[in-house]
Amino acid sequence: MTDVPVVRLAGITKRFPGVVANRDVELTVRAGEVHAVVGENGAGKSTLMKILYGMQRPDEGTITVRGEPVRFSSPRDAIAAGIGMVHQHFMLADNFTVLENIVLGAEPTRHGRLDTTGARAKIVELSTRYGFGVDPDALVEDLGVGDRQRVEILKVLYRDARVLILDEPTAVLVPHEVDELFASLGGLRAEGVAVIFISHKLDEVLRVADAVTVLRRGTTVTTVDPKDVTARQLAQLMVGSELPTPETRESTVTTVTELTVEHLTVRSPDGRTVVEDLSLRIHRGEVLGIAGVEGNGQAELVEALLGLRASSGTVRLGDTDISDWTTRQRREGGIGYIPEDRHRQGLLLSASLWENRMLGHQGRAPFSKGPWIDRKAARTDTERIVREYGVRTPGIGVPAFALSGGNQQKLVVGREMSGDPSLLVASHPTRGVDVGAQAQLWDHLREARRSGLAVLLVSADLEELIGLSDTLVVMLRGRLVATLDPATTTPEILGSAMTGAAA
Amino acid sequence: MTLLAPETAPPPVPRFDLRRLGLAVAAPLLAIVVALAVAAVALLVSGSNPLTVYARMLEAGTTTRSLVITVNNAVPLYLSGLAVALGFRMGLFNIGVEGQYQLAALLAAAAGAAVTLPGPLHLAFVLLVACLVGALWAAVPAVLKTTRGVSEVISTIMLNVIAAGIAAYLLTTYLQEKVAGSNNSRTPRLDESARFPNLDPVLHALGIATPQGTRLGGFVLVAVVVGVVYWLVVSRSRFGFDLRATGLSPSASVASGVSAKRMTIVTMLMSGAIAGLVGLPQLVGHSYSYGLDFTSGLGFTGIGVALLGRGSPVGVAVGALLFAFLERSSATLQRIDVPSEIYVIMQGSIVLSVVVAYEAVRRAGVAQAERAVRRAVDPEVAA
Repeated sequence: MTDVPVVRLAGITKRFPGVVANRDVELTVRAGEVHAVVGENGAGKSTLMKILYGMQRPDEGTITVRGEPVRFSSPRDAIAAGIGMVHQHFMLADNFTVLENIVLGAEPTRHGRLDTTGARAKIVELSTRYGFGVDPDALVEDLGVGDRQRVEILKVLYRDARVLILDEPTAVLVPHEVDELFASLGGLRAEGVAVIFISHKLDEVLRVADAVTVLRRGTTVTTVDPKDVTARQLAQLMVGSELPTPETRESTVTTVTELTVEHLTVRSPDGRTVVEDLSLRIHRGEVLGIAGVEGNGQAELVEALLGLRASSGTVRLGDTDISDWTTRQRREGGIGYIPEDRHRQGLLLSASLWENRMLGHQGRAPFSKGPWIDRKAARTDTERIVREYGVRTPGIGVPAFALSGGNQQKLVVGREMSGDPSLLVASHPTRGVDVGAQAQLWDHLREARRSGLAVLLVSADLEELIGLSDTLVVMLRGRLVATLDPATTTPEILGSAMTGAAA
Repeated sequence: MTLLAPETAPPPVPRFDLRRLGLAVAAPLLAIVVALAVAAVALLVSGSNPLTVYARMLEAGTTTRSLVITVNNAVPLYLSGLAVALGFRMGLFNIGVEGQYQLAALLAAAAGAAVTLPGPLHLAFVLLVACLVGALWAAVPAVLKTTRGVSEVISTIMLNVIAAGIAAYLLTTYLQEKVAGSNNSRTPRLDESARFPNLDPVLHALGIATPQGTRLGGFVLVAVVVGVVYWLVVSRSRFGFDLRATGLSPSASVASGVSAKRMTIVTMLMSGAIAGLVGLPQLVGHSYSYGLDFTSGLGFTGIGVALLGRGSPVGVAVGALLFAFLERSSATLQRIDVPSEIYVIMQGSIVLSVVVAYEAVRRAGVAQAERAVRRAVDPEVAA
């Protein structure tokens, strides 16, 4: 290891309409170092990496590569400066060989024809040097996930990268593939390549990293030596250690059970069990908060409750067994849904606000009269939401994509609170929303809870979880592993419960 | 991003909508201008003066006789365009209109000839059979897609070939009526009761004289009705909302409770039912039987018409009339030694440029909407 940092990001700030994605981020990476960047989803990791890889430009701050200040306007510039990125989702052509995939976009030619002899020699040499064991003539469609990932890494090394960004590389791997990946990283480290390792799996980070930088809410919390911290301490750093003082409030929890889930099991399409034998109960007027590191089955639980994902077990809404109901029946039966990804599941981006108001409510009063829709009612009610929820827009005829994230979310929340839901399933309801809008949305949730709404709240935001929940449960590997009282919870307790360490 | 002057007041909402309407009309106009330019180049290369040719086309295309023929020819194109457009609105590509209407016309012709019914009932029976056959044939790709995940683009294209094979087989075996002294195989002729009256009396009442042998087919009325129903269903019904939502974002519509499978099946059936009508203006309007010489290719032209019309019933009507007009007006060009295939070049370049033009206009619309919101929301930070 040398003392000149190979990459240094200083004071990086990046704003998007209505939200600051990165604020004053500092990151220093040395040659021959595996540097982990950890943080919850939405903490600003991907924005930071997009900036380093030239996909986005910072509003403020400097990037220095080997002591030289640089400005990237595209990934091409980043590659030229020796920075390469392996995306979480592989970008390989299945019907091409390993060699063809690696040279794709940088094809060596002689007299205008593809000349692969030099490329082949280089690939074999790289593969041997780093111990990858990849056959350049194998078809990519015949390769397993681990091999494909090595091809992606080779593709970057082939372009002479000295800094490698790996975006959640272990998310798609099974345990023994993770071991192989870490062995490969050892080879890279020995050759002086710097690896930036994006992850939120803390045990893996501690195994492989030489340094760990923690991001929270868009800014760097600290950089630590993994030898000096435990998984529990890292988790605390990620979620924040200052606990908000939960305001004293009278409990609105009633004794009437609104949602009963018994022995719910969800399997992913490839057969893994992602939610296992889960049971829970939410009363009217109660907010049940689900804490946990992302990827432990929260998203699957939510989708199963909405009928978007096949599951086994029993789900009851009030006294009615809704286990076999379709999504539409569940929604019309009184389940409101604030999805984790509003662009994917919550909005028709190119449709107008008033058409979005009907989405999920198109079969219900006041929007449907027999087989027809009532556009006037939709417009009137959209005006109401815009007014009551403070959606900042020039009118209700504008397409949804034109609004900022916070205002889109206000529209979604306003819509889901309409039509008298009895249960609200809220997944990260204030993610990517600026602070002002966040406080407003929280007030609306509290208001609805007071009037008897049962809420299932999944969030990565500790302040949100503790501030809103009446009961807090922790989800780990598809199971509920702990039940906590939000009034007395400390970050230590929560951190250890989230990572599965004994409390 | 441009820095807007702080005194720029937010525009009133109506003007904003008017500009959007302007954008919607701009795209097809732009496409037609580009297509005329491309065809002009082709004409110049082949040694003709484009201005002379266009003047001649305008002259030949606007005679009463030509206009009546244009409307007649636009009717099947319109129905075909609507069948394709309905799928487009939910992101479903029914390339199988060709096979659906051929099979529907054949079986409707055979069924219609086989029964005896009183006047309007007989005609209604023929239309119903055509819609049912079209829908059933379209159900095949729908079921394949929902149960096995087969892309409807591939399956509908392949089913066109199968439909042509089945139609040819049935026509030359079970459904054929022997005609003395003719090589043409065709179904028996429909009775008078299954024939659609023409609109010449209406034209005469309006004081428009139709030249000898030119008749305005009555099926144009059916096309208008189908267009109105299409508009009501797509723009005003709950089903139409689900349809458009699925086209805009399959994931969001599923989360809102739309069943993707049900939508695929119902939409494909409806599209097939409209497709089943495509051959009927000819069948019940003037040929009264389905033969080997029955018009083909309308299903493919309908894709171009649907692209031009962008899924709106009025847009599709304009597209169908335009294509029919170009075809009719270029038919006389041979007399001045210009190949009438210039029509094919125009049709092709309209379809190509309309795709580009719509994308350009869409981006302009996006930028405009974002500017408007920014201006209205924070006038001081419009940078």
